[in-house]
Amino acid sequence: MSPSSEKTNGGAATLGQFETLRAVEQFLYRQADILDDRKWDDWLGLFTEDGHYWMPVSDDQTVADGVPNIFYEDLDLMRVRAKRVTHPHAWSQQPGHRTSHVVSNVVIDEEQPETGDVVVRSKFHVVEYWNDGLRHFAGRYRHELTNTPDGYRIRVQRVDLINADGPFDYVIQTWV
Amino acid sequence: MPNEHRIEVGGLVEPDRVHRRCYVDEDVFDLEMERIFHTTWIYVGHETQVPKPGDYWTTIIGRQRMILVRGKEQGVHVLFNRCPHRGSLLCNERHGNVGDGFRCTYHAWQFNLDGTLRSIPMSEGAYENTRFAPDDPQFHMTPAPRMESYRGFVFASLAESGPDLRTWLGGSIQAFDDMCDRAPDGEVEIVPNCFRIIQKSNWKIFLENQLDALHPSVTHESTGRAASEVQKDIENRTGKAPPLSYHMLSAFTTPFEVWDTLETVGHPYGHCMLQGYMGLRPTDPDNLEYEKRMRESYGEKRAEEILSVNIHHVLVYPSLSVQSPLQQLRAVRPLAPDRTLTEIWHFRLKGAPEPIYRRALDYYYLVNSPSTMINADDLVNFRKCQDGLQLDAGDWVSFHRNAGHDSVKDGVVTSVTGMSEAPMRNMFKAWDEYMRNGA
Repeated sequence: MSPSSEKTNGGAATLGQFETLRAVEQFLYRQADILDDRKWDDWLGLFTEDGHYWMPVSDDQTVADGVPNIFYEDLDLMRVRAKRVTHPHAWSQQPGHRTSHVVSNVVIDEEQPETGDVVVRSKFHVVEYWNDGLRHFAGRYRHELTNTPDGYRIRVQRVDLINADGPFDYVIQTWV
Repeated sequence: MPNEHRIEVGGLVEPDRVHRRCYVDEDVFDLEMERIFHTTWIYVGHETQVPKPGDYWTTIIGRQRMILVRGKEQGVHVLFNRCPHRGSLLCNERHGNVGDGFRCTYHAWQFNLDGTLRSIPMSEGAYENTRFAPDDPQFHMTPAPRMESYRGFVFASLAESGPDLRTWLGGSIQAFDDMCDRAPDGEVEIVPNCFRIIQKSNWKIFLENQLDALHPSVTHESTGRAASEVQKDIENRTGKAPPLSYHMLSAFTTPFEVWDTLETVGHPYGHCMLQGYMGLRPTDPDNLEYEKRMRESYGEKRAEEILSVNIHHVLVYPSLSVQSPLQQLRAVRPLAPDRTLTEIWHFRLKGAPEPIYRRALDYYYLVNSPSTMINADDLVNFRKCQDGLQLDAGDWVSFHRNAGHDSVKDGVVTSVTGMSEAPMRNMFKAWDEYMRNGA
């Protein structure tokens, strides 16, 4: 990974880079809102048709396919999860959980000048309220975003929890 | 273990019902640790977890922190995770490699991989005319009093005596035979990833649920239906059969009537088996290739015998739930009356094609990972039971379903229906014996 600041003169970003950063940040904030508002159709719409949501079991994991993961879902599996969590007989959603996502420390690692595709990393802090209890999830996002006429779409969202290898008190019902 | 909290356990278990204190009472829990988990065979790990000398994994047996370590020569050791000097833990990480021996990070006492004392810094003259003696076992790491393994699955017992592992496993030995026999090479290899999930409920509630054929289509309806819908979408969209993983989820919509046709078997010492329902012999090219390799390894007749074994779960009471046809294993580590850690592993069938491993991996992900849509609803049921059992609205938990109608032959209980509560009765029969007798 090469932080974008290395490509600039003495750390001074150009106006174009600021615009990209601003657009990317707005995309990440909207994604956070979609999760907190539990708008699962909108959530699925954030991904490309071949997109994946990936939460590895350790931060030094380099591949997702064919090895254990905490999450590794294509759009079809994400559809199962979205349908399940909204099913009236999803007993563990009675009561449902609520979340608040804060996304910060956004850095553009790569930007393709021709396509405008970007690779972005950021930090997240998620607080979940469920069944009278609060849980915290924190860690790092890495988004591979495809630039489309309708805005950015996620090709891969990698989510590294700082406690990925720790014991989980209960499970994670929806995407972090 | 202090005796001042000794309680009267007689009367908590009746043939068709058990007292709620079995699940919520701290004194009962203490006694379970002492009389069940500290006496009987407890699953520690698989030999392939520690392939090289010095490789170790830590785990717990009852209240004791233990180390599974690969020795210098062949073989593994199970040791208490304690330095005999001042009592410090010797391994503070969950797993790793200690090289050619253990070294305490406090005062650098060193031990060989079998736990024997190797050296103490500047010890010459330091222990003269003291009661320290280098050949006294109290100055070595303490091994588990008994350790045995079967087809690579390592068990230890903290009691000096008792039945040997094979005798004790009895009919539940099929868990390991079924898993290993399904490998063309006759062996399995662990995938070195352990998911740990904490259940806010008593350990017995989990074990009961593993053999409970009445719950799946109720508890898992939402996931089963969601997966069925997407399964159909994929079929319509692509014209091809969806991956087997969707079937693993949609099979939870199986109706009551079908669950009720399954067989459950109860063995001595509380071990139980629930028959399979998923039908894991599809006729896709991957599975046909696998079955071909099985015939090449075992011959037509033996391969067919192995492949037609139809198991869902085998419980090796009280510490293990094995799902042999999908190479999954859940070890049960009770932490408190209302808190249970599960350590969840899966295995690779040696000599099987990669797509067969992918089936195990898919199931490990969908059912056993920390993002599982299946256990999400189980764990909530368990917690609700744990909370409800605290209420003063009735002291008894009902296991009456088909009670008195089980068929019993040579101590082996076969249920009359799939949804019979025979497995729960069988587990509590063993529980009662352990709790009354000690060992």
